[in-house]
Amino acid sequence: MTTSKPTSFGPRWMVGRIGFYVLIAVIMVFFAVPMLWLASEPFDKNPGLAAHWPQWTLHNFATTFRNPNLVPSIVNSLLLCGAATLITIVLAALAAYVLSRVRIPGRDALLYVLLLLSSVVTGTAAMVPIYLMMYELGLINSILGTSVVLSGGLLPAAIFMLKDFVDGVPRSYEESARVFGASPRQVLSHIVLPIARPGIATILVWSFIQAWGNFLLPFLLLQDTGKQPAAVIIHTLQNEGGGVDLSSLPVFSLLYSIPVVVLYLLVNRRYGFRFHGGIKG
Amino acid sequence: MRRVDVAGLGVPRALAFIAPAIIIIAVFLVFPALWTIYIGSTNFELTGPNSINPQFVGFGNITNAITDPQFRGSLVLTVVYVAGSAVIGQNLLGFLLAWLMRSTPKLLRSIVQGLILLAWILPGTVVAFLWFALLDRNSGTLNALLGNHSTAWLIQYPMLSLIFFNTWRGTAFSMMLYGSALSTVPPTQLEIARLSGARGWRLLRDVVLPHIRGHVLTNTLLITLWTANDFSPYLLTAGGPNHASEVLPVFIYDQALNSSQFGYASAISVLLLVVNLVIALLYLRLLRRRG
Amino acid sequence: MAGIDVSGLSTVYPNGVRAVDGLDLSINDGEFFALLGPSGCGKTTLLRTIAGLEQASEGSVHIGERDVTRLEPGKRNVAMVFQDYALFPHMTVAENIAYPLRVRHESREKRRKVAEETSAELSLAQYLDRRPGQLSGGQQQRVALARAIAMNADVLLLDEPLSNLDARLRLEARTFLKRLQRELKLTTVFVTHDQAEALALADRIAVLESGHLRQLGTPREVFQRPADTFVANFIGSTPMNQLDGTVHGEHIEAAGAQLPLPLGLNRVGGPIRIGIRPEYLTLRPADESGGITGTVSIVENLGVSALVILDCADGIQLGVTVHEADEPSVGDTRTAVPEPGRILLFDAESGLLIS
Repeated sequence: MTTSKPTSFGPRWMVGRIGFYVLIAVIMVFFAVPMLWLASEPFDKNPGLAAHWPQWTLHNFATTFRNPNLVPSIVNSLLLCGAATLITIVLAALAAYVLSRVRIPGRDALLYVLLLLSSVVTGTAAMVPIYLMMYELGLINSILGTSVVLSGGLLPAAIFMLKDFVDGVPRSYEESARVFGASPRQVLSHIVLPIARPGIATILVWSFIQAWGNFLLPFLLLQDTGKQPAAVIIHTLQNEGGGVDLSSLPVFSLLYSIPVVVLYLLVNRRYGFRFHGGIKG
Repeated sequence: MRRVDVAGLGVPRALAFIAPAIIIIAVFLVFPALWTIYIGSTNFELTGPNSINPQFVGFGNITNAITDPQFRGSLVLTVVYVAGSAVIGQNLLGFLLAWLMRSTPKLLRSIVQGLILLAWILPGTVVAFLWFALLDRNSGTLNALLGNHSTAWLIQYPMLSLIFFNTWRGTAFSMMLYGSALSTVPPTQLEIARLSGARGWRLLRDVVLPHIRGHVLTNTLLITLWTANDFSPYLLTAGGPNHASEVLPVFIYDQALNSSQFGYASAISVLLLVVNLVIALLYLRLLRRRG
Repeated sequence: MAGIDVSGLSTVYPNGVRAVDGLDLSINDGEFFALLGPSGCGKTTLLRTIAGLEQASEGSVHIGERDVTRLEPGKRNVAMVFQDYALFPHMTVAENIAYPLRVRHESREKRRKVAEETSAELSLAQYLDRRPGQLSGGQQQRVALARAIAMNADVLLLDEPLSNLDARLRLEARTFLKRLQRELKLTTVFVTHDQAEALALADRIAVLESGHLRQLGTPREVFQRPADTFVANFIGSTPMNQLDGTVHGEHIEAAGAQLPLPLGLNRVGGPIRIGIRPEYLTLRPADESGGITGTVSIVENLGVSALVILDCADGIQLGVTVHEADEPSVGDTRTAVPEPGRILLFDAESGLLIS
């Protein structure tokens, strides 16, 4: 939606424009300031809590990498979140397609209920049942097992959002393909999948971000330090007394943040990142 | 009978498509959720005699909660948190940004949106620490900028800090959603209104809002749910000082792990679920009425 | 190439609505056939049932000799162009056109060749590597046609093929479509709500209303001898004049005038409904016999002709088409005289055409 040009460039318009840009500047400052720390402290000789212009050094990187858990934890994060995202996106895509095209009575109500339940299961109280259940299944300390549990929590929202995407694809495309003789498999792979790709990409990034930041589940289910993802390990740099390992934490935070940012940039460049069509009612 | 199955999947294949998702959801979502609800009806504790032989107390936990001042306080704090940071904060700021970005040059728009999205993408623990560092009294960035060394923001104004924090964190979602929504408003309607002399606020109220009503409701529902269940306040204030910022998810955690009252905590979880349900139903009713 | 036979066909929606109700229809091989009617009359449902996108509840559909009633859409060998063209946005024009062959696993060279040939026939050759989103409405329509032609099907189905084009383009596309069909000699069924389009393009027209067939005939038949008042109302760029009258012996009385009774009519007395097209009325000076007199209230300019509205007795308004040279002024009194043999009489109750 574009705005049309004003018909006069008088002083009132100038003031309006200046106010506009001031507002944007204020908002930008609001969002940028907290993040400055991440850009300055990792490179400072004497990292502190306040962001300040750093005395540039890469020394902190060396200190951080000396932590034996660092690199493995990032790898674990990649494995864990990669698996959870893959499971989520594939299953959600299949389910979202069917739920969009086939009218099942009570479908919307069911989705809402699942969405609500997923908010219970991400809370502390559900940890006991989850732990006990995984213990019985022998899946404690299993990265794959934890990723399945993660996807269980992500699936309702992913299906909800993906179904909305598929709703936006005109059925006439699929009908047209069918009339031309395409088999169901061909319809899905030639037509539906390519058109739904931006939507799938968006949900993929969303799922990965959610999984990447999740602390509670891996903390609970992966007791072995060698298997713990970065979300858990970074916590060990802050001990209970409130003391913080300031030489490692900034660097680790930065490294921990990079993969998700990179993923977002890659997907955004290729497909654009939008919760398109919005999630209408 | 009319065939509703466009790609010609047929019933068996359609079922096969949904089955894996349903299985995982049933086992790893529904089952633990139901189990939690069950635990909420017992006096289960992590240690002690009640951990081996928990007693069934039915609605006992719930009645305890309703009379528990700490729970009631927590409920109020949660409402404040949600109203302040989600319904008002993220919603308004997100909409404002979507509206402003329409008339912003492309480069500036990319930068601003990039910043806001970055706030949303960064992992939770990192973001929590960023704000912790920002708000620290002695060595925090905010006080350094303001030249103020006497305000301990997280201790003196915990809820306000949390509200700003969550607004900062989550606005990106609303901004993107409203951005898409605004692009669906027919430009011709805006032009007609402008020709009739409408400006600014009137334009918004008479032309734009009716079109995006569905989006407003959906967005508000989702961010309300997400904020009501948000655990990150714990990372900033741990519910303190003295329960002053103990929203329900933190209260649940406190009861479950610090006081070992798992049955009680589970019941509160159920109550939180019910609150969420009420919100969802309210939203659905509003949507249907306007539909 | 094949004809289509629809027999006793009914398509019922889950909510009980009978979109198509006991329809019998035969379309000849190589014919350009129109399904015409207002929205909701079932014409699109009928088309989709022939294509296989809707399942018939009762009755049968035959294409050529084959009973395709229970066959899947992909197996009926029909080609279809949708109202929104349904061009796949992620494929180029060439890929879109050759899609039916890709489904049949034809080789890439063969697909490219067919795409080139078909696009040349339809003047699309220079757009082969573009995406549909980069084309104009008219070009998109031709790509959709090219795709249908490339399929080499027995039957071509078109759902409102011209409604998405703007007015000028629509007329050009109309001529183009007629010529194309004649060259290909392909049995074509098209759905439209625009009666002018149906009259111009079709060899035969089926007029539908609420799932029923009201009339089946050539454009001339449907125009000159509509089967009932519904068809009479629907067909014709200018609405047919309809008025109530009574039969008195050798005359019909209507609007305070006496009109001659058409020959061969055996109706004795009683009320009747009269229909006469504006094009078949002539304006004569006032008080000529054998016509209806009235005052000119509105004159609409139609280019070479004009539509004159006469206010007549009993509150009746008649429309008369008049050549520009004979255009009257508002307020003049004139008599509208019908051309002999062009008065249509309908039963006052059933609305059906009498003789």
